[in-house]
Amino acid sequence: MEFLVASAIGVLTAGGLYMMLRLRTFPVILGISLLTYAVNVFLFASGRLVTGAPPILTDATVYTDPLPQALALTAIVISFGMTAVVVMIALGAFLGTNDDHVDDNAAPAEDAT
Amino acid sequence: MTHWLILPVILPALLAPFIILAARYHMGIQRVFSVAGVLALIAVALGLAIETSDGTVMLYQLGDWAAPFGIVLVGDRLSTMMVLLMAVLALFVLLYAIGSRWDERGRHFHALFQFQLMGIAGAFLTGDLFNLFVFFEVLLIASYGLMIHAGGNARLRAGVQYVLFNLLGSTLFLFALGAIYAETGTLNMADLSQRVQLIGADATVGIRVAAVLLILVFAVKAALVPLHFWLPSSYAEAPAPVAALFAIMTKVGAYSIIRVYTMVFPPDLEATSGLHGDWLLPFALLSLSVGAVGVLAAKKLDRLVAFAVISSMGMVMVAVGLFTQESIASALYYMVHSTLAAGALFLIVDLVRHSRGHLELRVDAPVAGAALVAGLFMVAAIAMTGLPPLSGFIGKLMVLNAAYGTGPDAWVWTVVLAASLISVVGFARAGSILFWKAQSDVAPAPDTDRPAPSALSFAAVGGLLAMLLAHTAFAGKIYDYTTVTAAQLFQPDTYIETVMGTPGKLSDYTADTAAQEGDK
Repeated sequence: MEFLVASAIGVLTAGGLYMMLRLRTFPVILGISLLTYAVNVFLFASGRLVTGAPPILTDATVYTDPLPQALALTAIVISFGMTAVVVMIALGAFLGTNDDHVDDNAAPAEDAT
Repeated sequence: MTHWLILPVILPALLAPFIILAARYHMGIQRVFSVAGVLALIAVALGLAIETSDGTVMLYQLGDWAAPFGIVLVGDRLSTMMVLLMAVLALFVLLYAIGSRWDERGRHFHALFQFQLMGIAGAFLTGDLFNLFVFFEVLLIASYGLMIHAGGNARLRAGVQYVLFNLLGSTLFLFALGAIYAETGTLNMADLSQRVQLIGADATVGIRVAAVLLILVFAVKAALVPLHFWLPSSYAEAPAPVAALFAIMTKVGAYSIIRVYTMVFPPDLEATSGLHGDWLLPFALLSLSVGAVGVLAAKKLDRLVAFAVISSMGMVMVAVGLFTQESIASALYYMVHSTLAAGALFLIVDLVRHSRGHLELRVDAPVAGAALVAGLFMVAAIAMTGLPPLSGFIGKLMVLNAAYGTGPDAWVWTVVLAASLISVVGFARAGSILFWKAQSDVAPAPDTDRPAPSALSFAAVGGLLAMLLAHTAFAGKIYDYTTVTAAQLFQPDTYIETVMGTPGKLSDYTADTAAQEGDK
């Protein structure tokens, strides 16, 4: 199981990083999403992997560490919200300029103030 | 009395929804509540700073849960000083936003502004690393909204870059937190500082990786070269008051480095030694020079100021990277100066844009109220580049003095002095094009229908510059204050004892009781 989880984190991170380095916003956003999946699994695994044990302290000596689950939950909520925000801003930028490149190689447009 | 500590977080957090729900269609009421909130914030921050000035560490346990189990807010001299600095900057920025009517050009400016203050105050006050991440996200998500306030294509494009870069930074932060938790089983900073010491010399791989990841995240926030690429275009394209408020956001990164790397990973810790001197200092010197060259090369005034921010952050990080008690004290002094100067410069940029319509550094008609704007620009530029007699000069002198006699002092002196010279030339060039050549014959006739900026705008900029003058005039007293603060940072025992020793729910729960319950 350790190998499975570790390789899942590795593959997600590698894929996410590759997508991040693309030129256009859509693959970059997908890459960020993959990276956040990777980090969620990583956070989950940071409390050690235990199967079939409750995430609460009971009289039994075997339990799953509940804190990483809380951390992963927070991280999921935040990354979900952030991804929604970046999709909206990227859509706005794309619809405004008809150009979805991430870098600013084009001549900077005049200030639209 | 102890509840005061959470007020800098609670107050904006309550005010922002109130502004959205009750006053969304009435700009006047929004303004009154926003300014009143910031004034109250200054009063609370001042109270907290006075309360902690004798070295007491204030602790607030949320829900009365004892330290390693519950979330704590901790106020010591450093964090209350930073909250006070943020509140003072916020007041003048808010006055400028009202005076220049920036807050009317989009929706929910005041609500987002309050959320931004809540995030920054929380990041300064929290005593828990995961909570630091959460407050980073709060301040970031508010800053995304403020960054694209008033819209426009150039701003949205810069906004996309800004958001993507910060999302990547947040992901890195989570990786660092996961690694730290896996190694130590805690994320409370005081608890961490005890447990990191216990890690055996043969098992330091994980914690070393975590320490490097963490300093990378904070360096992204502090715009340290080569992680600074998000800063120039986002600060240049952001609305002026927002860019001025962002001057404190880079300081959040610097604050986090100072906090975490004095307490959790102190310089004498075997596992992470070399991170400060061998890595942080060279990159700080690099960002000091890259920022200065950027100032000289900038073709637009807003980019010029953005690169000046990078350069001054480099200066702060040089002082932090030396990591002696004296250099941290001068870093704190310089940090206050750099926040006020950068805030004032971004507002002056907007004064120029207001009457010129663009910020290209080419000869054009003189700006409205030229003498006053030029005077303000000169004072702010002198402060920023570190010429005598203002606080930038005093701050640089303190850093150079702190560097003298340490190993890399020749490098620090050379780079700091050369970078100062380059940015002086850059600012002099910009000022002469904008204000001096505009008076000559080659300049076109002024466009008469552009109104002069309002008196409140000038008052806000003048207020920031007055704070800079006060920072210069009381430099001795403030340096004494930061010296004691640095001493407190290097002796974190009181902090740790206060956090770990204060009783609360579960405070009698230790490993022994857990073992006994396991036996039952």
